[in-house]
Amino acid sequence: MNVRAQWIAFNAILWKEILRFSRIWVQTILPPMITTLLYYVIFGKLIGKQIGEVSGFAYIDYIVPGLILMAVITNSYGNVVASFYSSKFQRSIEEMLVSPLPNYLIVLGFVGGGVARGIAVSIAVMTVTVLFTSIAFHSIWIVISVLLLTSVLFSLGGLINAIYAKSFDDITVVPTFVLTPLTYLGGVFYSVQMLPPFWQKLSLANPILYMVNAFRYGLLGVSDVNVGTAFAAIFLFIAALAWFALYLLGRGHGVRS
Amino acid sequence: MTQALSIHNLTKVYKNGVTALHGIDLEVGQGDFFALLGPNGAGKSTTIGIISSLVNKTSGTVKIFGHDLDKELAAAKSCIGLVPQEFNFNQFEPLMDIMMNQAGYYGIPRRLAVERSELYLMQLGLWEKRLQVARDLSGGMKRRLMIARALVHEPRLLILDEPTAGVDIEIRQSMWAFLRELNAQGTTIILTTHYLEEAEQLCRNIAIIDNGRIVENTSMKSLLSRMDSHTLLLDLAHPLQHMPLLPGFSGRLLDDHTLEVVVSREASVSELFARLALQQIVVTSLRNKSNRLEELFIRLTGNREVAA
Ligand SMILES: Nc1ncnc2c1ncn2[C@@H]1O[C@H](COP(=O)(O)OP(=O)(O)O)[C@@H](O)[C@H]1O
Ligand SMILES: [Mg+2]
Repeated sequence: MNVRAQWIAFNAILWKEILRFSRIWVQTILPPMITTLLYYVIFGKLIGKQIGEVSGFAYIDYIVPGLILMAVITNSYGNVVASFYSSKFQRSIEEMLVSPLPNYLIVLGFVGGGVARGIAVSIAVMTVTVLFTSIAFHSIWIVISVLLLTSVLFSLGGLINAIYAKSFDDITVVPTFVLTPLTYLGGVFYSVQMLPPFWQKLSLANPILYMVNAFRYGLLGVSDVNVGTAFAAIFLFIAALAWFALYLLGRGHGVRS
Repeated sequence: MTQALSIHNLTKVYKNGVTALHGIDLEVGQGDFFALLGPNGAGKSTTIGIISSLVNKTSGTVKIFGHDLDKELAAAKSCIGLVPQEFNFNQFEPLMDIMMNQAGYYGIPRRLAVERSELYLMQLGLWEKRLQVARDLSGGMKRRLMIARALVHEPRLLILDEPTAGVDIEIRQSMWAFLRELNAQGTTIILTTHYLEEAEQLCRNIAIIDNGRIVENTSMKSLLSRMDSHTLLLDLAHPLQHMPLLPGFSGRLLDDHTLEVVVSREASVSELFARLALQQIVVTSLRNKSNRLEELFIRLTGNREVAA
């Protein structure tokens, strides 16, 4: 395929994906808004008052970055894992497999869809946020780049999960037993400096910790980890997952018998 | 001229250990209307799957208009339009979206894609349904949707895997007419079927596959000419110990009251009865042993389990 044809093909997948989650916005965009709203009310307004300040910020302000990023993580992952698995389940993935579409465009298209969902959700959640807090962007570029990179990373994760998945159960196992715990333990609700040394060290092995902190730095200007290290870790993960997704598709894993 | 399809020594062993293809060879010329006939489980869909790169082959080569699948995959894929045996579209997408997406995957610019999507939906009688979701279509319409979708990039080779399964007679006729017309305009067509009638109506050349092997590969005409014989089963009034001598007929004694006789094109049934009368053999009743397709299979494969 020449470059123009590839561009057309990429857009075909991307817009199909965007259309898919937009059509069912009540299931895709609204829930994270409501969950975040509840977090703000309960942890921010009600309990937050008792907690006081963390790293020099009111508790509600402190948890804003983590909550936004948590929504982005679950939604970009969920978008790709659900969409790719359902196209496997309905066999419509074969429409792509018989066409001259190269594998990297399949990856880019689905990841593009996951990123679009991540962005849509982050805008929705930020809209809720401004109703409750008055935080300003410390660095808009860090905010944007962490948002994009995080949704790329978790879209790739969702894709790999979907490639392996053989049943609908298989697409909920990872989000429930891996993603959610790692996110909660990734310093969304607390600073790892509040933990005993052993648990602090262990937390550093959690990749989500780096994203949450880099994002918090972008919004608030504080972070438990070095922001440069955080970016390096994110890039490393993206490269590894992208390579792995391409490898699996190249072998036809889960899609060709 | 390069062949539309050229398969050499193709084998497939599935992960579960089933050998679906034992080294098949197949050539389909450009412009041909070709049938791949065989009972269920013979390996038709496996062959089609490998050609359209939905199934990984174990060994062998496949060339589409000279493009080797191993070396020029994208070029080969661009030549093929596939209508698979199982429905494989998103049930929740409107027909027009399905067409446009497929066109997109082939890199067809939007304006041309709209034009062709509309054209083929119209030609396949789906125009009225274009904005409805695929789930709302009848079985026959879904099948036609897959034909329309397969044509959106105007492939030189159209492959249909059991296209008329579950399609009622009337629609079948119009589908056949459509395919004939498409072939007349130059598209090479390969279809798989387990109905000889379908192959007979449409195809010029035919290969018969059974248990992962090509057991026959010839023109429709020559195959049919060899089928002008039929087998009769005769119920006898009195038991027989040995196969009676019936010059000009072959046959065997199934049990002491049942005689099986093959009546060839040159012979006639009355001649058979004359011979039997000479030997004072009394026939109480007679029936045709099976349909032509079944006979053909039994002769070619020794396999009695033929799908209806
Ligand atoms: N995905 C698969 N995994 C394992 N065995 C398969 C698979 N698909 C088909 N087979 C087996 O391969 C053989 C050929 O099947 P198939 O090509 O579907 O035949 P046909 O299309 O002629 O009915 C059968 O024995 C079938 O059970
Ligand atoms: Mg089949």
